[in-house]
Amino acid sequence: MASNYKTIVKDGLWDNNGVFSMLLGMCPAMAMTTSATNGFGMGVATAVVMAASSLLVAVFRGFITQEVRIPVFILIVAAMVTLVDLAMNAWMHELYKVLGLFIPLIVSNCLPLARLEAFAAKQPALPSFLDGLFMGLGFTIALTVIGAVREITGNGTLFADASLLLGPAFKAIEMRILPANMGVLMMILPPGGFLVTGLLVVVKRMIDLRAGKEIQMGGAHSVA
Amino acid sequence: MKDFALMMIGAALVNNVILARFLGLCSFMGVTTRIDTAAGMGLATTFVITVSSMADWAVQHYLLDAYGLGYLRTVTFILVIASAVQFTELTIRKVSPSLFQMLGIYLPLITTNCAVLGVALLLVEGHMSFIGSTLFAFASSLGYSLVMVIFAGLRERLALAQVPRLFAGPPIAFIVASLLAMAFMGFSGISTG
Repeated sequence: MASNYKTIVKDGLWDNNGVFSMLLGMCPAMAMTTSATNGFGMGVATAVVMAASSLLVAVFRGFITQEVRIPVFILIVAAMVTLVDLAMNAWMHELYKVLGLFIPLIVSNCLPLARLEAFAAKQPALPSFLDGLFMGLGFTIALTVIGAVREITGNGTLFADASLLLGPAFKAIEMRILPANMGVLMMILPPGGFLVTGLLVVVKRMIDLRAGKEIQMGGAHSVA
Repeated sequence: MKDFALMMIGAALVNNVILARFLGLCSFMGVTTRIDTAAGMGLATTFVITVSSMADWAVQHYLLDAYGLGYLRTVTFILVIASAVQFTELTIRKVSPSLFQMLGIYLPLITTNCAVLGVALLLVEGHMSFIGSTLFAFASSLGYSLVMVIFAGLRERLALAQVPRLFAGPPIAFIVASLLAMAFMGFSGISTG
């Protein structure tokens, strides 16, 4: 069983990474990565929703019949998103204002739904919870990396405003990498999102190739 | 009248759903390998977005606002959208069985297309009238269809091009999308000038 859990962790964080391998959940991965802080916040919100809804679906999987499973999954995710939405509005209001539209849009993010269908609907509670959690953490890492690359090249800063959005304890990680006038504005604008994501997929393929693994050509898009 | 026209151009081109707001990227990358499927998907999504945003406007005004149930918005809207998709599926099956065959699995997936929910939520934030919001939704989805068809055309050519192995598939598609987004940024002067 222990090696099984190891595979879940490794799949979620790297091998089957939601953004770079499966190419799911692209909308927030590009819209909310104008800075590393935004990407991190968006990722954590998604990870919480995924872990909670995977757990719920796994617990109730005996009661959910095959024919109505998709609407039930969507409603469970929607309920979890509503909870996260209200919680963030109450306790992390600054971050909530920045992420705005994309918090309710976690409902229609393909990644949680894909994991519920592929994993949580068939597995017991604990592995499903871990799968949701680590897939979500892999998503968080991907968003933070995309955000960091865009922020450094576009603005020259890294984790700017982290203390404002996440809390005063994060003041220490705010830094300036490049001088203020070195930034390329385009990287912060929409084209930069597409460009950086495309190039990071190539980087992941290169690392996998170095490690002697087969590179994934397709992604999950033939079904989504 | 002029306001509505400007608003529609803004929604379709300047703040394009896909290239400026990053909504509906799953279908943007998934269904654009051929022009005819991309056009069919655009048409079906246009219908769903327009119908569901009309229904969502009514739900927002007469149910959620009237009874102070704003916190149930996400859950209610996704239910409205799922029903609208079901309705579209029935309609297309009756009106055009060949289009129904072609779209196949992608039809039910419109429910999880974030462009649909995204436009509905944008309308709530914008506090628009019924006519204004319907026109906004229609124009946004026309912009969505336009970009889908253009991108499908680009990808049909891309399939014939020689691409380095590391870039083959999604990465090169992202880079092409980035260039397309740059081209669409040229529209950003319209709404203000």
